[in-house]
This record gives sequence, C-alpha cells and structure tokens, in this order.
Amino acid sequence: MNEVGLSLDTVWMLLAAMLVFWMQPGFALCEAGFTRSKNTANILMKNFVDFMFGSLLYWFVGFGFMFGSDGAGFIGMPNWGNLNFYKGDLPVEGFLIFETVFCATSATIVSGAMAERTKFSMYLVYSAVISLFIYPIEGHWTWGGGWLCNDAADSFMMTTFGSVFHDFAGSAIVHSVGGVLALIGALALGPRVGKYGADRKSRAIPGHNLAMSALGVFILWLGWFGFNPGSQLAASGEVNRIAISHVFLTTNLAAAAGGVATMFLTYIKYGKPSLSLTLNGVLAGLVGITAGCDLVSPLGAVIIGLVCGVVLVYAIEFIDHKLHIDDPVGASSVHGVCGILGTLMTGLLSTSSGAFYGHGWGFFFAECFGVLVIDLWAAACGVALFYGIKKMHGLRVDKRIEEEGLDVYEHGEMCYN
Amino acid sequence: MKKIEAIIRKTKFEEVKEALLSSDIDWFEYHDVHGIGQSRQERIYRGVQYSTDVIERVAIAIVCRDIFLEPTVNVILRVAHTGEIGDGRIFISDVIDTYSIRTGENGDTVLRDKK
Repeated sequence: MNEVGLSLDTVWMLLAAMLVFWMQPGFALCEAGFTRSKNTANILMKNFVDFMFGSLLYWFVGFGFMFGSDGAGFIGMPNWGNLNFYKGDLPVEGFLIFETVFCATSATIVSGAMAERTKFSMYLVYSAVISLFIYPIEGHWTWGGGWLCNDAADSFMMTTFGSVFHDFAGSAIVHSVGGVLALIGALALGPRVGKYGADRKSRAIPGHNLAMSALGVFILWLGWFGFNPGSQLAASGEVNRIAISHVFLTTNLAAAAGGVATMFLTYIKYGKPSLSLTLNGVLAGLVGITAGCDLVSPLGAVIIGLVCGVVLVYAIEFIDHKLHIDDPVGASSVHGVCGILGTLMTGLLSTSSGAFYGHGWGFFFAECFGVLVIDLWAAACGVALFYGIKKMHGLRVDKRIEEEGLDVYEHGEMCYN
Repeated sequence: MKKIEAIIRKTKFEEVKEALLSSDIDWFEYHDVHGIGQSRQERIYRGVQYSTDVIERVAIAIVCRDIFLEPTVNVILRVAHTGEIGDGRIFISDVIDTYSIRTGENGDTVLRDKK
C-alpha cells in the first residue's frame, strides 16, 4: 500500500478513536440525567474509572489477550505492556488506542444499570475485570482472529455453518456483552429502595435532568460516527471511501428509525411521546445497526432501527415489570437486547450473505451461534464476578447511604451544592 | 380587621399579585406550600405510570380592614379561578389587633387606606 494511503488510514482510525472516546462523556451524561441528583458525582466517577482503568489495563494485558498469538483461538498471550508482537499495516500504537476506546465502551455500559446503590470499591473490581479479562477474551475469539472468525476451510465455523461470525463494530462483542453484564449486575444488586411497592408493582423514580440525558444521547450519536465507520480501519482507495460512507449512512438511518419507532410506539401506548424512552430508542437503533452496518442496505438499516426501537420498549417493560430487575437507565435493554437483535438481523438482512436475500440460513445460524457463545461467556463471567463479590464482600451500600445519596457517603463531594 | 389566607395555583400567582396591588392591598405575604389533595396529574416515566400526589401551591396571607374584606376576596375568586379541580381555598379569620412597629400605633388605622 502506498505511503499516503496508509497515512490517510491512520488519521481516519485516530479520528474515529477520538469520536469513540467522546462516547464516554455521552454515556456519563446520559446516565447522570436518568438518575437522581444525590448520586451524580458517583456515576460520573464510575464513568471516569471505566476509561482510566480500561486505558491502563488494556494497554498492559488486555491487548495481548485479545490480539496476541495463540494456538487454539481461545485466548491470546498477555503482552505485559509490550506492543511489538502485533504485526499489521497500521501503526500498533494507534491501533491500540482505537481498540482501547472500544474496550472502555463495553465497560462503561454497566455503570448505568448498577447506578445509585453499588459500593464504589466493588465497582472498581468489576471495572478492572471487564477490561482485563471478560472483554479481551471474547474479543480474541472474534476480532482477534480467534475461533469464531477463523475462515480457514477446515475451521469449526466453516465446517459447521459455512460462514464465520460477523460483527462489524460490536453489536454483540461490545454492546451485548456490556448489556448482559449490566443485567446480571442489576439482578445481583437488587432494586433501589422504593423501586417496587409492597405489591411488587414498579414505581417511577424519575431522573433528575433529562436535558443532560438528551445531550448525552446526541453525543453518543456523534460518537457512533467513529464507532461504526471507523471500524473499517481504512479510508484510502475507492473500496474504503465507499465503505465508510455507506456505514455512515446506515448508522444514521438506523438511529433515526429507532428513535422514531420508540416515539410513535410510546405515543400510541401511553398517549404521550416519551422523551426518556425515545432517547433510549435512538441508542437502540445505533446498537442494533453496529453489527451489520457494512452489510445491510440503507433500507435494511431502517428496518433494523425500527425493530430495535419497538422491541426496546417491550424489553424495558419486561425487565422492569416482569423480571423486577431495576435498571435505571435501560442499559440491559438498549445494549443487551438490541445488541443481540441487531447481530441476528444482520444474518437476515445482509445483502451479500443474508437469508432474506436468498443466501441460505448458514450465515444467520453463524450469527446466532456467535451471539450465544459470546453472551454465555459474558453471563458466566457476570454471575461469577457479581455473585462472588456479593458473597465475599457485599455489592451494595447500606440502606441509609442509599437514602442519603452516594455522593456524600462514598465520595464526600456532591455534584450540586 | 380580617386575615384572608388563600391557597392558589402557582401559575395564577402573578395575576393575583397584580390584581391585589391594583386594588387596595399594599402589603401581603406569600409562601410556597406543598399539599396533598384531589388534584393529581397522571405521568409516565419510562413506561411506569405514576401520579403526582404532592401538589405545589402558593399561600397568600392578607390582613385588611373589614371594609376591604369583600372586594379583596372577590379579586382572588375572580383572578385565581380556572374551573378545574385544584383552584384552591380561601380562609378568613378575625384579627384582634395590630401594631405598627415604627410608630407604636395600634388599631385598624395602622393598615393603610389608599382611598
């Protein structure tokens, strides 16, 4: 490849990394707005921890677990801060940064679901484990060239399904893993004080600032223009410039369709269009399109967005009213349910390999299998981690601290004075 | 002398204030109050319906000479009215005496009579 082209690719990758980094304040604002003002400093702190821990741990060990060499395709060699093992066209340090921001995105999804009641010290443990271990290992199975994406003719995926698992920018690898961990974390914690009445009926605990959440979601929407088109990891040449433009369009269409679907559904269902749910609907569309943004047509992207926006509302209701799991920001529905859904729909709507385009069901089953394996891994790690902490040390703050707010007791600083 | 206490909608406070000032009342006190009553608003947050049973209102207290009682009450009745549940209440009680701290005078002449 020529020098200028490679430089262009590198700049695009680093620019995209900046945009994905910018999703961190998006998550922070979104979560802070959906929760109460007495816990705002705490949730902001958690978002910082996710990125700080993620940056250090992923550089030192996680990157090796994910991209290091191995035999069977299950786990890479930890790199202990040494980056020389990585051989690729793009500069390894830039590539590390790009992968770091994805790892941190996966980590930061959980903080919202576990908001307003988690011991900060125990959140530190969780945040370290996902960046160090949970994310890099399933990442190795896929983007690290491991067994789910091994396209050798005699590999497990090719002989079983005739296709490898495809997740372009991480509906399953990043978002569903964060979403599943969020669900299990919220389940292990139990609901916030006052969330369910004596009759087990769900009660509303309105967030303290929807303007904050709305800005957060707009920032995330912008960040996604790095998350998805950046995952092409190249911009030079005709193929790449068409590809990143296509991904830009599908990403935006799915986001808009997701928000529209949720807005009209809440309009019909509750009589009034709900802002808080529409914000989630936009994110649902974005999460859903992430897996197949390179493979589906613009119309396919709209369909994925609409389906995710509708399913989101029912997922939030089901998790809240039926499962009685208290997820204050809807992270498990947005990232878990829609991450899985988007990956599966890629198997149907891919124009080059999807079942709806007459390419058979092999790719769809490969997507189903990949999602199942990745999320079982996340669930197993989540159960071991959160229930392990709960048993050994306790995951949750005392009732009195929860009532007064985590800001005062956990940090000694309040967001609002 | 009479004390008029009125609990009115927050949204009506500015109008009531203007109306009182342009009639014969030169001073009144007010404060924000929270109450529990019949006026409820159904709201939905993230798919959960809830009603706001804590009602925010403004309480106004006016002490006036007997001759101003009726016109003042009528001003409030007219201006604070919307016809919906939750418009509020007016309470009237006798006031035994009043003193001006500056002059030491007492009796209802202490209350200014703009007319």
